[in-house]
Amino acid sequence: MTAMLEVKDLHAYYGKSHILHGVHLNVQQGEIVSLLGRNGVGRSTTIKTVMGQVQGTGSVKFKGEEMMGLKAYMVARKGLGYVPENRDIFPTLTVRQNLLLGQKGRKPSGRWSMEDMFNLFPRLRERAEAPAGVMSGGEQQMLTLCRTLMGDPDLVMIDEPTEGLAPKIVEQVAGLFDEIKNRGISILLVEQKLTIALKISQRVYVMGHGQIVFEGTPDDLRANEAVRKEWLEV
Amino acid sequence: MEFFLVTLLNSLSYGLLLFMLSSGLTLIFSMMGVLNFAHASFYMLGAYFAFQTSQAIGFWPALVVAPIAVAALGAITERYGLRTVHKYGHVAELLFTFGLAYIIEEIVHLIWGRAPVEYKIPAVLDFSAFSIFSTQYPAYRVFMMLVSVGMLIALYFALTRTRIGLIIQASLTHPDMVESLGHNVPRVFMTVFAGGAALAGLAGVIGGNAFVTEPGMAASVGTIVFVVVVFGGMGSLAGAFVASLVIGAVQTFSVGFDYSLLNLFALLGIETSADSAWYDLWKVTISQAGPVLPYILMVLMLIFRPKGLMGTREG
Repeated sequence: MTAMLEVKDLHAYYGKSHILHGVHLNVQQGEIVSLLGRNGVGRSTTIKTVMGQVQGTGSVKFKGEEMMGLKAYMVARKGLGYVPENRDIFPTLTVRQNLLLGQKGRKPSGRWSMEDMFNLFPRLRERAEAPAGVMSGGEQQMLTLCRTLMGDPDLVMIDEPTEGLAPKIVEQVAGLFDEIKNRGISILLVEQKLTIALKISQRVYVMGHGQIVFEGTPDDLRANEAVRKEWLEV
Repeated sequence: MEFFLVTLLNSLSYGLLLFMLSSGLTLIFSMMGVLNFAHASFYMLGAYFAFQTSQAIGFWPALVVAPIAVAALGAITERYGLRTVHKYGHVAELLFTFGLAYIIEEIVHLIWGRAPVEYKIPAVLDFSAFSIFSTQYPAYRVFMMLVSVGMLIALYFALTRTRIGLIIQASLTHPDMVESLGHNVPRVFMTVFAGGAALAGLAGVIGGNAFVTEPGMAASVGTIVFVVVVFGGMGSLAGAFVASLVIGAVQTFSVGFDYSLLNLFALLGIETSADSAWYDLWKVTISQAGPVLPYILMVLMLIFRPKGLMGTREG
């Protein structure tokens, strides 16, 4: 089986500083893969480069097609979804309008409808006509996730979705990941909370200094204390 | 009373015209972070295009054709000009629009000459609409207000009720995110730039014959439009609207007042004579100071509230 997403020898720069030093990773169809590592090792840069938001060199193949050099909106239209870390909701637009902008065209397409989102997160239905900016951090996180899903991606890259969220909402978000996976969508998750990542992922990568320093299953990582000590624990 | 009512109507029509210019400028600024120095040049081109086309096909078709032609120029400016220099940063973009303003002015010199052209109010609108006491109020001024208000309503609905309007609103603050959702943000930028140019062009079509169509019109109105945008708050349409009406009123009303600080001193019982210190400054009347009043307002705004009336950006 060919990989859904295959990243090879990815380099990226911010100005003169070399951030990514040849990152390799792949994600199979319907798989949840976590990208772990401490802050500042280049995890967010990796997915931003895949998305075309950061200039890079190397190869990013999605469903067998080269994405490198495409503009971000073209990458998105190929079926790659991106949920940024800073919850870039559109604060002055209503929750419903935010979701509508997640759709790529005028009409809803594919696996997800607005109704699905409202059923998954009833809170969004209650606040549908409220400006998104007045919602709590957890609600905004749900909205960002749902907005990206409205565009019917085949693979979503999600950056630190549980950062700063109450445990109860973390559970809800993890529940959504199951729902996403059930619909055959792959997830590339950037996560800091090891427990969640190990629980839901099929495979994990650990990053350090702009490179992949470990890859394996959650069990492999549990067994490998040296990697955890050197690259993950603070 | 008569003076007040007539001046109020004049300031309203002028303020609305200013808003047609400042709305486009402020939208372009908040989206791209570029203060477009050539914006008023599109206003001037609108007036000249309307002058030229109305001679061939009449005023009414020109009212539609001229803004479309200006919009096309705006689209080309963004697509092949701004987008090309964008990678060199904001300074390059500013210099580009600054230079463009000069180029457009020189082209206007070459084609239409340095003297004002005879762009006249169409005969069908050249009558008096109503009279206020003894003043006959021209119908064309009423027409200007109607066009401006119509444009205002159309702009409001386009931005809040249509899908492209929502995408524009979202792109004002989060262009990267909007692009990651699969929207062609570069094309949205071009659309906004063309739309802003079209509004400026339309203002030129209806303003060029009400005032005067000459090569200096871009420079004279351009600075005022910047004052409006700074006063109202960078990136705020509502702020630009209020500021347009305020600056319009200040400019229009100041012409009619012959009061100076000497009158104020007299009222307060302060004795002054030609030998008093700073006497020349005190005797300047409001009508004499009129042209600098908008700039004084802008400076005061920058001192006390740098982000402007309703601006969202920190100063």
